[in-house]
Amino acid sequence: MATATLESHDTHDDGHDDHATSTGISNTKLAMWTFLGSECLLFGGLISTYLLYKTRRGPGPDNTTIPTDIFDIPFTSVSSFVLLMSSLTMVLALSALTRGDNAATRAWLLTTAMLGGVFVGGQVYEFTSFIREGVGFTHNPASSAFYTLTGFHGAHVSLGIVMLMSLFVASKQGKLTPKHTETVEIVGLYWHFVDVVWIFIFTVIYLVPAE
Amino acid sequence: MSETVTETHVEHEEDAHDHPSDWDYVKIALLLAALTGVEVSTYFESSITVFQNNGFLIASLMVMMVIKFWIVASYFMHLKFDNKIFTQMFVAGLVLATAVYCIALSAFEFWA
Repeated sequence: MATATLESHDTHDDGHDDHATSTGISNTKLAMWTFLGSECLLFGGLISTYLLYKTRRGPGPDNTTIPTDIFDIPFTSVSSFVLLMSSLTMVLALSALTRGDNAATRAWLLTTAMLGGVFVGGQVYEFTSFIREGVGFTHNPASSAFYTLTGFHGAHVSLGIVMLMSLFVASKQGKLTPKHTETVEIVGLYWHFVDVVWIFIFTVIYLVPAE
Repeated sequence: MSETVTETHVEHEEDAHDHPSDWDYVKIALLLAALTGVEVSTYFESSITVFQNNGFLIASLMVMMVIKFWIVASYFMHLKFDNKIFTQMFVAGLVLATAVYCIALSAFEFWA
């Protein structure tokens, strides 16, 4: 067993964090994937709720407008494209760190965070324009489900930006080296997950005709 | 004992995969962008006649979504190259989420 542990140490000299695990795979990475699996359930529940309520208009004459009536698809398409491209910059940041190119790592991390910021800004703009149209959170069941789903996603993107900026600061301070590839990879997994959730939301909520 | 060592070696040989190069990642992103472009074009119904059929439109959108999802998970999230247990953890979540939706839908459709 001790031999196996030593082997695990040796084979991690390829730039990954120097962890010894009983399974031979990184515990941190396994934990992240388990977390992402549980996140599928969270978003599955929210998406299910939206799909069930998406055409539920309010009972009164003043709250019959549902989000699908006022979607700005060209605008949301640009936001979706921006988030999709942030996955590319994230993976390039990881690649740069693996090569030991700290300047490129910082540049790609910052670009990813900025693209995420543009996406969140777009979401804030969308929410604001909906509210201006009179479709608030409590307007009708469809709007409540829409704001809850997209709001939760936006919160996840915002948390991802905080993590990216933390990595950026750590890199600036010289604390992010090729030895920490796995840390960046794990933040990257979270970021890509947020992207795949949006791939689903964009198609099912925005592009598939409501009625 | 030696068996354990060999297994660990095999495990890490799998981990020491050849990740795509930066240029490969750019090509993958271009493919994703193209798919997104086609998806968005379906919104402008008049541009592509076949998408005026609602059933075909929804089926096409679902297929493109699954392809994009699979590409990001496989290449950007490295599931294609990493240990299979990570894929299993993720797929378990997806399957459970789909089950939740089916149960909720059936509750509203048949028992409401």
